[in-house]
Amino acid sequence: MKRDGSLAVQPVSVAARPRRPLFAPARLGIYAFLLTAALFFLVPLYVMLATSLKPMAEIRLGGIFALPLAPTIEPWRTAWQAACTGLECEGIRGGFWNSVKITVPSVLLSIALGAVNGYALSFWRPRGAEVLFAVLMAGAFVPGQVLLYPLVRALASVELYSSLPGIVIVHVIFGMPMMTLLFRNYYAALPQELFKAARIDGGGFWRIFFALMLPMSVPVIAVAAIMQVTNIWNDFLLGLVFAGSDNLPMTVQLNNIINTTTGERLYNVNMAATLLTSLVPLALYFLSGRWFVRGIASGAVKG
Amino acid sequence: MVAVRRPAGRVGCVSVAWLALLPMALTALGAYLLTILWTARVSLSSARIFPTGDFVGLGQYARLFRNARWLLSLENLAVYGLLFIATCLVLGFLLAVCIDQQVAGEGVLRTVFLYPYAMSFVATGLVWQWILNPALGIQGVARRLGFDDFAFDWIVRKDTVLYTVVIATVWQASGLVMALLLSGLRGIDGELWQAARIDGIPRWRVYLSIVLPMLWPSLSTACILLFVMVVKLFDAVVAMTQGGPGTASEVPAKFIMDYLFGRANVGLASAASMVLLLTVLAIVVPLYYARSRALQRSRAGRRA
Repeated sequence: MKRDGSLAVQPVSVAARPRRPLFAPARLGIYAFLLTAALFFLVPLYVMLATSLKPMAEIRLGGIFALPLAPTIEPWRTAWQAACTGLECEGIRGGFWNSVKITVPSVLLSIALGAVNGYALSFWRPRGAEVLFAVLMAGAFVPGQVLLYPLVRALASVELYSSLPGIVIVHVIFGMPMMTLLFRNYYAALPQELFKAARIDGGGFWRIFFALMLPMSVPVIAVAAIMQVTNIWNDFLLGLVFAGSDNLPMTVQLNNIINTTTGERLYNVNMAATLLTSLVPLALYFLSGRWFVRGIASGAVKG
Repeated sequence: MVAVRRPAGRVGCVSVAWLALLPMALTALGAYLLTILWTARVSLSSARIFPTGDFVGLGQYARLFRNARWLLSLENLAVYGLLFIATCLVLGFLLAVCIDQQVAGEGVLRTVFLYPYAMSFVATGLVWQWILNPALGIQGVARRLGFDDFAFDWIVRKDTVLYTVVIATVWQASGLVMALLLSGLRGIDGELWQAARIDGIPRWRVYLSIVLPMLWPSLSTACILLFVMVVKLFDAVVAMTQGGPGTASEVPAKFIMDYLFGRANVGLASAASMVLLLTVLAIVVPLYYARSRALQRSRAGRRA
C-alpha cells in the first residue's frame, strides 16, 4: 500500500522507542469507555441469570437488576421439564434433544462434504469446477427466503419435508458455501509438492485424502465444527419451516414457550429457558476462545 | 485465490474427483441456481398454495408495491439497516481502538464484547423484550426509584419500536465488528506510529486519516456480514415484537414468511423474495468487488 509505505519508510534511522502509554486523562477515558461498554454487554446476561433464580413473587415486586433474595432453581426445573408450548407442558428438554439430533448429523455431514469439496477444488481441479464454486459462493449471499418455497416443494416431492433427514439436508445445503470456502482456502495454503509426491507414490483420490490430507486438517475441522454447531444450534427459520412439529429445534420451542403462552407470564421460567437454549453455543464460545474468533475471520476475510 | 498447477492429467482419477464433487454440483446448480429460477418463475404466476402454470407478467410485483404492509416493511428495513450498520461500525471501531491501547484485561474484555454473538437472535430478542418491558424492566425500576415521569416504553410504541430492535441486535453483533477490526489493527505496521509521533500528528488524527482507510478490507468484510444480517432480520423481530405493535416493526423477511405459509399467497411472496434478492445483489456485488480489489492491491503492495 502506498499510503503506509511512504510513512513507514522515513523514520528508519530513528532508534525504535518503546510505545509510551498515553498521558493519564486519555487513559482514564479509555478505561471509562471500555468499562461502560462491558457493562452494556454484561447486563443482559446478569438480568437473565438473576431473573431465572427468583420466585415470581419477587419479580412482581420489581427490580430486574436486583439480586435474588431467595434464590431458587425451581424455574430452571420448570423450564426444562414442565413449561408449556401450546397444549403440551413438557418443558424445553424435547427441543434440546431435537436440536442435538439435528445438529450432530448436519455438522458431521457438512464438514465431510466441505472437506472433500475443498480438497478436490484445491488439488485435483477438474475442468469447470471453479465455475461451480463461484455459483456456490454467490449462493451464500442469496436471502434464504428465495430458496424456501422451492426447497419445501422439492423435499415434499420425495417425502422428506417435515422430517429429520429433511432438515439435515437443508442445513447441509445452507452451510455448504462457507464450509467449502473454509477448506478450500486451507488446502490451497498447503505446499503443492506434498500432493505431487503423494501422486508419484501412486496415491489415488481417496487414499491421499484419508491418509494425507485429513490428518493435517485437524485445525480447520475444529474451526468448521465450532462455526457449524453455533450456526445450526442457533438457527430458527429453517427449523421452523423444515423440521416438522415432531422435530422442532430448541430455538423454536423457546419462542413458542415465551410468545404463545396464555395467562400469567412466568418471566423466571422464560429466562431460565432462554439461558438453557443459549448454553451450548455459549459453552462452546467460552471454551474455544480464540478458535471461535478464527472461525469468524477465516470464513469472512479470505476469498 | 492461490494459483495451483494441474497435475499431469490422469483421466481416471479426475473423474473420481468429479464424482466427489457431485454433491457440490447438485447443491450449486439444484439448490441455489435452479431454486432462484423457480422462484423467479413463480413470481410471474398467480400461484397461491401450489404452483400454477399460468403467466401474469409483473402483476404480482405491481400488487406488491401497492401493499401497504410491504412498503412499510421496506421502509423499516432501510431505517433499521442504516441505524444498525452505522451503530455497529462506530461502536465496534471504538471498542477495537480502545482495546488496542495495550489495556489491562484485554482478553476478558474481548470475551465480554463478543459473547452475545454466540447466542441466537431468538434468545437475544427475548432477553431484550424482558429488559425493555415497560412495567417490570428499566422503566419500572426507574419509576420505583422515585422517577415517576421516567419513560422508556419504546418497545410498545409504534414510532419507536424499531429502535429497540436496533439496540438488541447491536448488542449482539457489534462484538463481531470489534473482533474483525481488531485483527485488522494488529496487522498494521508499528512503524506507522513512530512516524506519526515524530511528525507530531495527534493520535486521533492518525486513526481517522491513516488507520481507518487502511482498515478498508476488514471494514468491508464487516459491512457485508452486517448487511447480510439486516436482510435476514427475522428471528429477532419474531422473538421480540412479533412485528408489532400492530405492524410497526414488520420486516420483509417476515412479510415473505407470512405470505408463504400463513396467508398462502406464494406468487406474491416469491415476488417479494425476488425484490429482496435484487436489493442484496445491488449492494453486495459492488462492495464485494471493491473489497477484492483492495485485497489484491494490498497483496501486491506486500509483495513489492
